[in-house]
Amino acid sequence: MAKYMILIYGDAQQWDAMTDEQWKAHDAAHESFVAKAGTQIIDGQQLEMAPTATTLRSDSAGQIQTTDGPFLETKEALGGYYLIEATDLDEVLSMATLLPEVHASHSGVEIRPVVDHG
Amino acid sequence: MFSTTAHLTRDLDLAEECTQDAFAQALETWTETGVPDRPGAWLTTIARNRARDVLRRESVFRRKMPLLVADETTPGPEDGLVDDRLRLIFTCSHPALAREAQVALTLRLVCGLSTPEVARAFLVQPATMAARITRAKKKIAAARIPYRVPGPDQLEERVSAVLEVVHLIFTTGHTAPLGAQLVRQDLVDSAISLARMLHLLMPTNAEISALLALLLLNASRQDTRRSADGRLVLLSEQDRSRWDRQLIAEGRSLVTDALRRRPPTRYALEAAIAALHAEAPSWRDTDWAQIVALYDALFRLWPSPVVDLNRAVAIGLRDGPRAGLDALNPLLADPALATYGYLSAARADFLRQLGQWSQARTAYEEALTLTDNDVERAFLSERLTEVERNL
Repeated sequence: MAKYMILIYGDAQQWDAMTDEQWKAHDAAHESFVAKAGTQIIDGQQLEMAPTATTLRSDSAGQIQTTDGPFLETKEALGGYYLIEATDLDEVLSMATLLPEVHASHSGVEIRPVVDHG
Repeated sequence: MFSTTAHLTRDLDLAEECTQDAFAQALETWTETGVPDRPGAWLTTIARNRARDVLRRESVFRRKMPLLVADETTPGPEDGLVDDRLRLIFTCSHPALAREAQVALTLRLVCGLSTPEVARAFLVQPATMAARITRAKKKIAAARIPYRVPGPDQLEERVSAVLEVVHLIFTTGHTAPLGAQLVRQDLVDSAISLARMLHLLMPTNAEISALLALLLLNASRQDTRRSADGRLVLLSEQDRSRWDRQLIAEGRSLVTDALRRRPPTRYALEAAIAALHAEAPSWRDTDWAQIVALYDALFRLWPSPVVDLNRAVAIGLRDGPRAGLDALNPLLADPALATYGYLSAARADFLRQLGQWSQARTAYEEALTLTDNDVERAFLSERLTEVERNL
């Protein structure tokens, strides 16, 4: 088994604009993903919106700078993640198609293998 | 042999190393003992044993044996070879890899082309291509792209990626993008043998039948596309008696199968157009009306500027050079065709037929600057000289 991070990206404005009805369908889709993945899910969380992020990095003098906001200022921000365990990429792909963000026009998911240090 | 080893190791680099080792060992052993009865099986066995040894050693070190080694009941090279090659094709054409990487990997690992050869086919430096191939192999290993033929639910989607790769290999070989040769026979042969193998394994898949038909029908004209002295011969001037009748018959029967599927697919329509050319007794007697109709259908299904261009040319052949020019004119504004030499060449030909010599000259000059193939360049220069004589 290998570990994969599923990163969920989307346009926060469009997420904000969703109706209760749409959220209900959205949550139901996540439930069916969770049901399918079962114990293969190691962790998964929805994140607060990007403006709540704080970024730490060094300037050219090596001085640590603390700034308000996400690491990358883009329209589509990281909204949540799942850490899952799977045999291979195809298994992750087939599970991930259940996620509602894959089907909405403003969002999508990125799948990243986790480095296995043995 | 490579694919059988790759199936065992699930590591393409290791599989390549082990197959090379097996060849090296064969050189040594066979000079002493003579060539065995079944050299292929001998080599495969050596390569697989070598791979097993390496994996076993690594597993002690990394405790990964159960993850890496496929089950011990892996089919032998005799019964599993075709399936193994198919697995390898699907792995190389996995949608998680960039299309360019899919084609490069397939050429490298399935067709056995060297990295410099793959680089030449794509007009990039060998070092650049080597880096791309390495990156793709790393992704296959790190993301664990499986070495398998997809199940029925994904087969359709994955087959179309594989077919696109095979088609690209063929078109790259059919008219080499640059250099002295018009045709890269090795690429054409590789593409046809891949398509044949896919068809053998999935005989009822209409999309595969259609692509195989398209490749065979195009290849049937291969030998007549150049004159004895190596010049380009257009379809209109080719010696039709030298077309390969066997390939045409095979292609036609596959087209018939492919067209049964409704609505017809992209490759089925393209193959049907190629079949109409193959069947026509002469250029004049070609069924242009039907060809235009097929291009109309193709454009609806697959709206590409190149299809639009071919459709316009077919209109010109159906209704005369004036109508052809009118159909081509709107395409001049398409940025996708701005550097496409065949648009200039098509316009040049219609202008030449209409006796508009000065405009024809400009169009031929334009077409000349846009091709890097020596054989095409020679053809266009000859036409340009002919036009200039009339000025």
